[in-house]
Amino acid sequence: MYTLTGLKLKNPTILAAGVLGTTGASLCRVAREGGAGAVVTKSIGSTPKTGHSNPSMVKLDCGFLNAMGLPNPSYPGFLQELDTAKKDSGVPVIASIFGGSPAEFKEVAEGLLPGKPDAFELNVSCPHAEGYGAAVGSNPCLVEAVTAAVKDVVNVPVWVKLTPNVSDITCIGNAAESGGADAVVAINTLKGMAIDIESGYPVLGNRSGGLSGNAVKPVAVKCVYDLYTALEIPVIGVGGVSSWQDAVEMIMAGAAAVQIGSAVYDRLDIFSEIDT
Amino acid sequence: MLPLNATIVRINEESPSVRTFFFDHQFETMTPGQFVMVWVRGVDEVPMGLSSKDSITVQKVGEATSKLFELEEGDSFGLRGPFGKGFSLPSEGEKTLVIAGGVGAAPLAPYAEAARIAGSEVRTVLGARSAGDLIFQERFADAGEVYISTDDGSKGTKGFVTDVLSGLNLSAYDRIAVCGPEIMMASVFRLLEDRKVLERSEFSLHRYFKCGIGVCGACCIDQSGLRVCKDGPVFSGVQLLDSELGKYTRDASGRRVKI
Repeated sequence: MYTLTGLKLKNPTILAAGVLGTTGASLCRVAREGGAGAVVTKSIGSTPKTGHSNPSMVKLDCGFLNAMGLPNPSYPGFLQELDTAKKDSGVPVIASIFGGSPAEFKEVAEGLLPGKPDAFELNVSCPHAEGYGAAVGSNPCLVEAVTAAVKDVVNVPVWVKLTPNVSDITCIGNAAESGGADAVVAINTLKGMAIDIESGYPVLGNRSGGLSGNAVKPVAVKCVYDLYTALEIPVIGVGGVSSWQDAVEMIMAGAAAVQIGSAVYDRLDIFSEIDT
Repeated sequence: MLPLNATIVRINEESPSVRTFFFDHQFETMTPGQFVMVWVRGVDEVPMGLSSKDSITVQKVGEATSKLFELEEGDSFGLRGPFGKGFSLPSEGEKTLVIAGGVGAAPLAPYAEAARIAGSEVRTVLGARSAGDLIFQERFADAGEVYISTDDGSKGTKGFVTDVLSGLNLSAYDRIAVCGPEIMMASVFRLLEDRKVLERSEFSLHRYFKCGIGVCGACCIDQSGLRVCKDGPVFSGVQLLDSELGKYTRDASGRRVKI
């Protein structure tokens, strides 16, 4: 058993936000069949969002580019999914939430409390949603205020997921810590773009998006290393982890646990594979 | 895999609302039932079952498909795939029943052909609203016997595919492949369950796809959590027991929508 911000995990591999987390049944499958020690939901907001038009995710040689656009059914619509995940996954369920202001974050967190999430993860790092995500997460004052606002209304751990698209990630990490965060999660995707040279169209429906997968791992390792050095609270490492060796590297950089996202493309049981 | 550039070489009008677009690329390794993501540039990217190694058959239903219908020979679109799990092919000597409704015939026409080539005896129940909406009759007929139903009775049995099926000895078939509108598939599912032949059946589901490659989770079905884009779109009847089939689907935001 691992203890992470007070949560008991059977192993330190966690499903990352935005991956296989739209439905409760999917979260249960990742936990039961995939072997994840905990699961993070799709990021949930205050109103239903359909997200960007497709293509919303493409595989590149070096990783994946995506611009989903925070599609979500809003907190009232997600409560039944959260219920299912809590009831049947057998692992801690962390609710990822987003908002454009401290008040909106607070509203969503309070709205999901009846679903009894084991922790919250604040998405202040999505690189392709105007007014949300990294728009909040690149401003240290706002990160501190958002973190404090959520901490104020919940009595479960609050993790803050950081964007690497800033000049100094430790400055944002410090802001989260000052706001009362129980852990930081690093990193979200790096800004990226691909253009179809046959037609000249950007490949993603949103034109640009975020890069994940193998390509971002060295960036993630460096961010985790810097955050581990700068902060007192635990750092959860995410970005390009697709093998036990990657997980070990992330832990050597200072990560207390790892999250896994894009790597479910190859195999769902990547979690139990890393754990053994 | 970035989308490849596919140029339209021929367009067939299959019915007033259904067209087949042949393109200049052959998906040699495709299994019937697999799909491609069709990128109508500047509009959207939508999943389409392959109706042959080099074609998709499309019903005009929304923005992307309407835009696709404006394209002509020589125009191009992007293609990624083939993705997902297709129908299982029969072995030589096995009897195959194909049940196709409307544009659901698209992935089943190549399946019927492949089943015939594999040495299976193929029968098809082909249903549509009316005679003019029946697609791929000839392709199915070349693979074996065809029973037709139309809602308005303009051809074949008046009614639904289930009205034809109720007169057939379903336990005579080793494999049953189904694709069509969800309400039709749900009726067929119940019938096959009643006749205790569900374990021989496979159904091709359609759900809203975002990534199309098994990562985002937008198309996961209840209660199994299986991904339609990667674990499907073809599922065995047994996998769909106690599922959301025929009950609800989820829209682009993930909200449940009754069927």
